[in-house]
Amino acid sequence: MLGFLIRRIIQSIFVMLAVALIAFMMFRFMGDPVNSMVSENATTEERDEVRERLGLDQPIWVQYGRYVARAAQGDFGLSWRNARPVSTLLAERFPATAELVLVAAGLSLLIGIPLGIFTALRPHSFLAQSLQFLSLIGISLPTFVTGILLILVFSVWLGWLPSFGRGEVVDIGWWSTGFLTLSGLKALILPSVMLCLFQLTLIMRLVRSEMMEVLRTDYIKFARARGLTNRSIHFRHALKNTLIPVITIFGLQLGGLIAFAIITETVFQWPGMGALFIQAVSFGDVPVMASYLVLVSLIFVIINTSVDLLYAVLDPRLRVDGARASH
Amino acid sequence: MTLLSVENLTVAFPGRRGTVNAIEDVSLSIEPGEILGMVGESGAGKSMTGAAIIGLIEPPGHIAKGRIVLEGERIDTKSPEQMRRIRGRRIGAIFQDPLTSLNPVLTVGDQLIETIQTHLKLPRAEARERAIDWLRRVGIPAPEARIDTYPHQYSGGMRQRVVIALALCAEPRLVIADEPTTALDVSVQAQIIALLRRLARETGVAVVLVTHDMGVIAETADRVAVMYAGRIVEVGAVADVLNAPNHPYTEGLMASIPRIGPRPEILPQIEGAMPRPHARPPGCAFAPRCPNRMDVCSEQRPELEGSAAAAVACHLKAEVPA
Repeated sequence: MLGFLIRRIIQSIFVMLAVALIAFMMFRFMGDPVNSMVSENATTEERDEVRERLGLDQPIWVQYGRYVARAAQGDFGLSWRNARPVSTLLAERFPATAELVLVAAGLSLLIGIPLGIFTALRPHSFLAQSLQFLSLIGISLPTFVTGILLILVFSVWLGWLPSFGRGEVVDIGWWSTGFLTLSGLKALILPSVMLCLFQLTLIMRLVRSEMMEVLRTDYIKFARARGLTNRSIHFRHALKNTLIPVITIFGLQLGGLIAFAIITETVFQWPGMGALFIQAVSFGDVPVMASYLVLVSLIFVIINTSVDLLYAVLDPRLRVDGARASH
Repeated sequence: MTLLSVENLTVAFPGRRGTVNAIEDVSLSIEPGEILGMVGESGAGKSMTGAAIIGLIEPPGHIAKGRIVLEGERIDTKSPEQMRRIRGRRIGAIFQDPLTSLNPVLTVGDQLIETIQTHLKLPRAEARERAIDWLRRVGIPAPEARIDTYPHQYSGGMRQRVVIALALCAEPRLVIADEPTTALDVSVQAQIIALLRRLARETGVAVVLVTHDMGVIAETADRVAVMYAGRIVEVGAVADVLNAPNHPYTEGLMASIPRIGPRPEILPQIEGAMPRPHARPPGCAFAPRCPNRMDVCSEQRPELEGSAAAAVACHLKAEVPA
């Protein structure tokens, strides 16, 4: 297991280096950065002086090396738009996105898995059929449309929930949380519902089909033939086998949630990293865009590694350190 | 008292092309401690008979006619919950493929202990002792250590031993063994058969041994029932049926077993194929393939006649010695 972990960490480092290279290249796509730093009528000497001071006269690989070294220490440079450190900007925005994604992911699991189990166990009931039909809508409707519909119904017509922002937040160290105030919690509801809807329907349909598959296996038939109770067969014998593939997809989708959060944050003016990124794009603020890219990739890598480790917990066949098959 | 008797059992599957009877009018009985072999081709209804006895026919299939009586008590009319309490406790089942019969994410011990505790209200520690004891009885070495390992850490033969332990651990009086050796290596098959026979002798459990392997029947069973196209065509003591088959189908089966000695040019075989359930002929289902076919065979279905010790369903043997 330790060897596996070390291997995964080394692989992850290479992935991050590649992502950093792409992020670094973004600076070059925007033209010569010196142009945007000196006045229009600067002399060549002045320009060279700036170039030298910023290390831009060095070979590109040296510049890349420096970028990586500073990024590894959390230094992503200054935002071009408001001249503040990018790391500070991201740290300010990160809690908002993290809380939104966390709530959306939690909702999709807490609702999706039970609904999936129910529709698998009672596939012919009216409720299960209706859920199947509704989930088709959930999967095919674009999220921004559901977001706008939610605002229309719950904010405009009913006036129950706020249509934008995070409400009041409480600062705990550098983390600002919306979990502790009523307005913060109310503000979370619509965006997290919008964000989780797609995941929820996906998880429900996935759990349903996996569970139905598992219920047809020989070991479930054999469990029935031994007179085990339905409760044990469904929730002990079948569910654990069902969740293994579900965790894979969920891990991949969790990264997707962060990506989709960009849309949700735009619709609800949610002050998270996604909104920051969209602003950065419209202002051509390369350091912020590049850092967002690196940070999101890092989160993806961490999630995927965690999912791989979780497998070993759920599926004993993947625990390579265990005893080998004997004959 | 007869342990189990199945009387005129018909299992029907309603379908788009009308109702199809997977098995028809099957009657058999088994005494305590007896090993009854059931042979026949794929689709003859052997496994379906087993599934009907343990009450696990896949819907929409259902028992359309007949009764199943276990120790004097009719069980085919019981509720699903009552039937669940009978399965494992009074009728065990051994499945065909040991590689897929065990749950991969639960330890062997978990599966055994849960089965024991479901039926025999014992505290966990005691159930665990029993589980270890059962693993030892089925020939798993170092059972105290192996009980906490997972099925994938066992070989195929060892897994089938675990399956047998699981089927017997709540001490049923009857076990339905559905092709218990078909998925195993030939060398392992003999071990598993020997184990089954030994356990049947030790525990007095009766076994319905479903197989298409005449060799396994010859070695293991006391009596044998031959099935063809959903019906029992011949029943009798193993030695009688194997050495002097009464039904032309059984005769054909026997003739097509390769023997040691001078090899014939061509291994005899029964021409044609068994009719599918929705295309069975009106008379004797074997008539189209029968070398001794008479006019009456394609018109009138022969009934199974004789006693539990020896019976045959064939017009040729209308005067079979009872």
